[in-house]
Amino acid sequence: MLRLSCPFCGPRDEREFHCGGQSHIQRPGPAEAVSDASWGSYLFDRINPRGHHAERWHHSFGCGRWFNVLRDTTTHHILAVYAMTEPVPDMVQSDSVA
Amino acid sequence: MNLRSQPLRSQPHRLPTGGLIDRDRPLRFTFAGRRYTGYAGDTLASALLANGVRVLGRSFKYHRPRGLLGAGAEEPNVLVTVGEGAWAVPNLRATEVPLYDGLVAAPVNCWPGVGFDIGAINNVFSRFLSAGFYYKTFMWPDWHLFEGFIRKAAGLGKVENLPDPHRYETCFAHCDVLVIGGGPAGIAAARAAARSGARVLLVEQDAVLGGRLNHDDAMIDGLGAPAWIRSAERELAQAPETRILRNTAAVGYFDHNLVALLERVEWDPARLATPGQAACRFWQVRAGRVILATGAIERPLVFGGNDRPGVMLASALRQYVNRYGVAPGRRAVIFTNNDDAYTTAFCLADAGVEVAALVDARKAPEDLAAQLRGRGIALHDMSVICDTRGYKGLKAVRLRDASGRMGWIDCDLLGMSGGANPTAHLFCQSGGRLRYDEEQALLRPGPAVQAMEVAGGANGTLALGPALEEAHAAAMRALEGMGQMPAAIPAPRAQASRTATITPLWSVAGGKSKAFVDFQNDVTLADIGQAHRENFVSVEHLKRYTTLGMAPDQGKTSGVNALAIMASLSGQSIDATGTTTYRFPFTPVPLGALRGSATGPLFRPVRRMPGHACHAALGAVFEEYGGWQRPSCYLRPGETPHAAEQREAAQVRRAVGLFEGSPLGKIEVKGPDAARFLDLVYANTLSTLKVGRCRYGLMLNEQGVIIDDGVAARLGEDHFLVGTTSAGADRIAAWLEEWLQCEWVDLDVVIAPVTAQWGVLTLSGPQARAVLARAGTDIPIDAAAFPHMSVRDGYVADIPARVMRVSFTGEMSFEINVPADRVDALYQALMAAGADMGIVPVGVEAWMILRTEKGYLHIGVDTDGTTNPLDVGWARVLGKKVDFIGKRSLLRPADQAPDRLQLVGLEAMDGPDHLPVGSHLRLAGRGDGSDGYVSSSVFSPTLGRGVALAMIHGGHKRLGEAVTILCAAGERPARIVELASYDPSGERLND
Ligand SMILES: [Zn+2]
Repeated sequence: MLRLSCPFCGPRDEREFHCGGQSHIQRPGPAEAVSDASWGSYLFDRINPRGHHAERWHHSFGCGRWFNVLRDTTTHHILAVYAMTEPVPDMVQSDSVA
Repeated sequence: MNLRSQPLRSQPHRLPTGGLIDRDRPLRFTFAGRRYTGYAGDTLASALLANGVRVLGRSFKYHRPRGLLGAGAEEPNVLVTVGEGAWAVPNLRATEVPLYDGLVAAPVNCWPGVGFDIGAINNVFSRFLSAGFYYKTFMWPDWHLFEGFIRKAAGLGKVENLPDPHRYETCFAHCDVLVIGGGPAGIAAARAAARSGARVLLVEQDAVLGGRLNHDDAMIDGLGAPAWIRSAERELAQAPETRILRNTAAVGYFDHNLVALLERVEWDPARLATPGQAACRFWQVRAGRVILATGAIERPLVFGGNDRPGVMLASALRQYVNRYGVAPGRRAVIFTNNDDAYTTAFCLADAGVEVAALVDARKAPEDLAAQLRGRGIALHDMSVICDTRGYKGLKAVRLRDASGRMGWIDCDLLGMSGGANPTAHLFCQSGGRLRYDEEQALLRPGPAVQAMEVAGGANGTLALGPALEEAHAAAMRALEGMGQMPAAIPAPRAQASRTATITPLWSVAGGKSKAFVDFQNDVTLADIGQAHRENFVSVEHLKRYTTLGMAPDQGKTSGVNALAIMASLSGQSIDATGTTTYRFPFTPVPLGALRGSATGPLFRPVRRMPGHACHAALGAVFEEYGGWQRPSCYLRPGETPHAAEQREAAQVRRAVGLFEGSPLGKIEVKGPDAARFLDLVYANTLSTLKVGRCRYGLMLNEQGVIIDDGVAARLGEDHFLVGTTSAGADRIAAWLEEWLQCEWVDLDVVIAPVTAQWGVLTLSGPQARAVLARAGTDIPIDAAAFPHMSVRDGYVADIPARVMRVSFTGEMSFEINVPADRVDALYQALMAAGADMGIVPVGVEAWMILRTEKGYLHIGVDTDGTTNPLDVGWARVLGKKVDFIGKRSLLRPADQAPDRLQLVGLEAMDGPDHLPVGSHLRLAGRGDGSDGYVSSSVFSPTLGRGVALAMIHGGHKRLGEAVTILCAAGERPARIVELASYDPSGERLND
């Protein structure tokens, strides 16, 4: 059970949040210009990294805002919390991932 | 027979004095159908031992007679069911069950009884039951032939097939410092943290603090152990931010310092029956820092016949003697590879138990040898016990000296010690790794990976003085780590003791009897050897192949021995061999404790509509629809539900009905980009909608699958009211938010879910307008001023209202939205206004009849997780110019395939009976398989026959074709028809 720091409300228990999965996925369009392959990739292809993972979380039982979290999937350390509109922070992978 | 009227039996093994028991409070109890007495302060285990009961259960696989091995959470053998009937709780360790008057317990793994056990035949055929026997023996010809026998013979415990009457509570807590373990180290850490003003939670699984000090007395800060514990307890009780939880085991260690605790509040069914009396509390504690002071567990020695009743852990013997005043046997032998077990020999001798010999696999330390001589105890060092005798209880042990000479020593008790190992389960659950300490021959925690300190026995610091210092220092570090200022106080000091030594002895060969490594799972030394010979290299594979360390035991007494044996067989170091994963929970947790109070009516909140009382007064039958309590129908005297539904539906067609639709989702969407946004989230176009008008729309997901439908109304140029299904209200609001916040962040739109703010009453039927006029409204409601699919604001019956002319029934309908707290008043006004026009209250079931007659689809009933808009006749969305969610998926060939399941109407050809919902159907000329299914089906009172909707492969092109319905009653002929069976042109809507 993680403890996440909502940028609007502060540290809260994971049970207040909902994880929306991998973040920074570009939605291709317009529909008629998108190939089957790239649409399929948008729908189904997800990375499953051992280490840093940028994912979006929703404070469902709180302020209702979405935000980005950079999480280490091996240690569950929360490395960064940042706005939906911001790029992934540049962070060095920790040793535990090697 | 009344248990409490029985005369007290004597307790032949109770010592005349000593122990933390209250001899003035005798307690009666029953074990395996026989009656005994013990004392307050006893556990079930100590009381049974006091009564000389030795065989307390049967082993898991071989059904060998077993007695107590330990005295606490480590006990692998004596699992019992406590209580009777619905109150029975299985798989409790007898060593952890406090005795209470009237306790009834039975061993879990005996059939028919402890003394004679049919499963013991497995012992005879044991060569078929060695490691991996499940995988090998029962492969041929079919596992299911064996399953019944195996399930009856194996398995731990049995759960009564009755509702669980126990009350379970859920607690949450936060603290600066969570100290796990109330032994000397835990007390020292808690005291240091509490004195510094930190918020401290100290948890101890025992009923009393003190840990080993309760059976190993010591001088600390000039006080005897009991006085030191009392003074510490007093101080902690006075610390304002400190709390002690006794009878509370830390069972799980999760991410970010979340620790799960199981507090056993009450055992006695007589008290548990009191309303509000909890049996257990399941705590979830988020701790700033955790100090792990869980102590150490003694390891058994592995030799032939080490599982006979009477072979016990040496340290457990001291607990029974010193804490419970019980002599566990009459004539004892001690077998050890370390110094600690000598203390047990002295303790037994001092309590008057004859100690026939102490057998040390090493050269005995001279000072300890001298003390043995002083008590007249024979010493055999450089020797081992290699075998034992006695089927239902130990009778003798076989000694083998360094030269290989053998001899039997008569005894009924053997105390064994293979050294102690840190209780590091929680450390491992936290993500930490153990490493092997050569000098002490134990696996101790490596670096902590969470905000945690490990101290005392749990860290491999077994001697009291160093453990106290380490715990104190751990508390100081924890406080500093949190930026708190530790108080300048000294660590508690214990009198110095000699440095204990150990020489590893992982197994003793040469015995004829089985040598057990894992007592609970019946895994022997030979099983590990076999696994090794069959090339099981990884310890995780060893665990699964042999079942070692699994289930409730989690390798408490067996884990390290198994690793060491595995390491010696493979020639690897213990570190290189690695450890298996220790899992939650450390000690068994009742499932009820995990669910807490969330059961029955408290499983989830009951949602009642604003007009609930009105419906109840009219005889509504309430059922749950999408989490809401809604009237399914309104029963008149002598009426069946079916008759009521038919009557209500017919009356809507004939006159008028009143239906509450308050749960319908209502979401306000506002902003300069509102229309653009709705064009993106609806499959059809919303931006062309005129102010004051409504439009039905479908929402899709990116897969092109329909996820909701409803009517959107345009309240202003930049303001819409989006209607969703009742079940979709929360989901769609969250869906819209996600798209706005995560994808179309530049759109200037806000959304506000207002479902609960508005109540909705719908007048439907040819008399609807007349009733509305009679109730009084300032809104012009003639057909020209207020056409179908439009919205108006105004007053109805003097209540501010937003009225929409939309219809789910095919009749003229007015959906009147009013503030939720005015629903009651509006309901009364409309019923009164319609009284002489034949108005009736209408429930959900009649509503479903009416919409099915009209062929209106119901999301989640007529559609499933594959249905796209084309399948329900909405191919026109492909012509929509702008992008929308799911559009690209609809362009895939599979989404446009002609043989997809498509929604059509269905009419039975064999009479008026309606077709069963869910029936599969077959097209003409097809021999087998399913070509679709009936998705909705009702009896139409207006048409006097059944009407149905179905999903049929390629159904849209098959209008008029015959199909065969496959139902329980046999085959029924039907044909594919238009969706709407009633008023297909929709002229009744436009009156
Ligand atoms: Zn928040």
